[in-house]
Amino acid sequence: MQANMVTAINNALELGMRENEDVILLGEDIAKDGGVFRVTEGLLDKFGEERVIDTPLAESGIIGTSIGMAIAGLHPVPEIQFAGFMFLSFSQLVNHAARYRSRSRSNYPVPMVVRTPVSGGVKTLEHHSESPEVYYSHMGGLIVVEPSNPYDAKGLMLKALHMQDPVIFLEPTKLYRLTKLDIPEDSYEVPIGKANIIGTGDDLSVITYGTMVPIAKSVIEKRKLNADIIDLRTINPFDEEAILESARKTGRVVILHEASLTFGPGAEIAARIAEKAVFDLKAPIVRVASNSLPYPFPGYEKYHIPNELKLSQAIDRVLTA
Amino acid sequence: MGVFLLKQVFSDNVNYIQILDENGVIDESLRPKEIDDKELVEMYKKMFLARQYDAKQLSLQRQGRAVTYAPLIGEEATQIGSAMAMRPNDMFVPAFRQHGVYITRGMPLETLFIYWRGYEEGDAVPKDVRGYSNIVPVSTQMPHAVGIAYAQKYKKNDVAVISYIGDGGTSEGDFYEALNFAGVFKVPLVSIIENNQWAISVPREKQSAAPTLAQKAIAAGIRGVQVDGNDVLAVYEATREAIENAKNGPTVIECITYRLSIHTTADDPTKYRTDSEVEAWKQRDPLLRVKKYLMAKQLWGEDLEQKAASENAKLLDEAVEKAEQFKPDPKTMFTNVYSYMPRVLQDELDAAEDNNYWQGE
Repeated sequence: MQANMVTAINNALELGMRENEDVILLGEDIAKDGGVFRVTEGLLDKFGEERVIDTPLAESGIIGTSIGMAIAGLHPVPEIQFAGFMFLSFSQLVNHAARYRSRSRSNYPVPMVVRTPVSGGVKTLEHHSESPEVYYSHMGGLIVVEPSNPYDAKGLMLKALHMQDPVIFLEPTKLYRLTKLDIPEDSYEVPIGKANIIGTGDDLSVITYGTMVPIAKSVIEKRKLNADIIDLRTINPFDEEAILESARKTGRVVILHEASLTFGPGAEIAARIAEKAVFDLKAPIVRVASNSLPYPFPGYEKYHIPNELKLSQAIDRVLTA
Repeated sequence: MGVFLLKQVFSDNVNYIQILDENGVIDESLRPKEIDDKELVEMYKKMFLARQYDAKQLSLQRQGRAVTYAPLIGEEATQIGSAMAMRPNDMFVPAFRQHGVYITRGMPLETLFIYWRGYEEGDAVPKDVRGYSNIVPVSTQMPHAVGIAYAQKYKKNDVAVISYIGDGGTSEGDFYEALNFAGVFKVPLVSIIENNQWAISVPREKQSAAPTLAQKAIAAGIRGVQVDGNDVLAVYEATREAIENAKNGPTVIECITYRLSIHTTADDPTKYRTDSEVEAWKQRDPLLRVKKYLMAKQLWGEDLEQKAASENAKLLDEAVEKAEQFKPDPKTMFTNVYSYMPRVLQDELDAAEDNNYWQGE
């Protein structure tokens, strides 16, 4: 089937719901309206209002209720309309979704997939463009994934629905309708915790994910470089092996993400490479990220997010060092 | 104010229930029919055990054999009355002071002692207890209770979910969000507000300008009632009726009780409340009034109380002994985070084991 990321996730949800009647969707405007990005469109008609629930407008209530459903044996898929509003549910995520399995010594796992649109580049109002992956990656207990294409989106969603863990499923708004791919119609899984290595080359490694994957591909293609592009797909727990293997092979590493530079995911990745593969490096690691400041209003966002020029200059630095 | 008085579009009220008064007199017209005198003796014994457990736990903490502890003394009627009203399959969602609920629902005493020694194994509530883990961040358990109740309704289980929260907790956003969701979803939830008058040092009147906490239910479109929380029969009957009605939707029950002791072992209430206030509440002790009634009927006496005390002491001592034999295994910190062991976590576990970090100081 031909699918963009919206229809791929919609299809994954439908298959997941057919497979398992414990899968329940809930969130603001997700039922009748089909979600503000139409990701849940048509599912109310197919599964009814007991399984596709328009909730009151309260993010902590949505996530807290979902946690309750999960520890009572359901497999909820809450949607938070934008990642910027998800901070209202941060307490529930870090204090309970991440910890309930541990505090109950696995008597009460939290099987749940929290969907939310992330990142910018689409000229939206304040609080609609955040890249919050590190917040959910730091405390442990949550799985954080972010697909960069329709194939991965469907496979990661189905995998998440087959696991007994809380998964934060970040959907890059900019990529929702950017490309269409031919993807399998049936259920399939993309592994969680495994990076996707796109292209193989000896010149350098570009470690990235989400909205930055198309930018990395474009620059590498235009400059005809032999590069590993490592699409992490899972931010945490991440694929350290794939990162180290590529770093050791090429000796030149650029880490690229839309989240801000300071204490960003690149800091963790660079530290791992420094600890375990520093003597294989031929150049200092370079990080390319958004500025270390609050996400600006849409008029300024093009000066904030990394672009092809910024990546290209970073590549020059690691290639010439 | 003129235009505010034009036309009334809504009004409601909150009722108060008391069945057993401070003098040990039962209003027989309101008495729950399941609670005959024999059953009332059982209720008293449960409250007595909870109080003795509480004293034991406190003494262990004072001896350095337990971590910070939150005593329940004074709140036995609210906890035991509501727990005894639960049907076998009903489920409960505690905050962090509901030891009396756990005990009544059959939680092994040694598990409680393990929790208060500081190990997650003590929070791993056995499934047959039909309850969930202690929740420390105030009020955050309330949305869980809604979701758990939704699951019962969705699966067509005849199960009500009984949640607990304190007076301070009703100021939190999660409380309002949960009641609002519960009202919209019409879930089988019974929300017990254990109003013990103090949220650490902040008194009830500084927590909310609302005359009752039960009326917070009204804004969510659900039933709210206030009961004498030191009256085990009133709490029992209100909870029983709310459970019976749970298939039609949720109920909030505000239990007016009193925290006779400290908030936790890290607290000193002499800084913020008077002894005379505490003394006045001691006259309304939830055990005392049941004892008065039972003694007047010659169903209880000091000899039976002594006997119960020594039986309880034996149970508690055995449970403490078992709890103190519990051997923590640091590896369980790693194996209970995810459904699988991520490589990055395995590496940290291996490093700890290979290098004997856990033997270090």
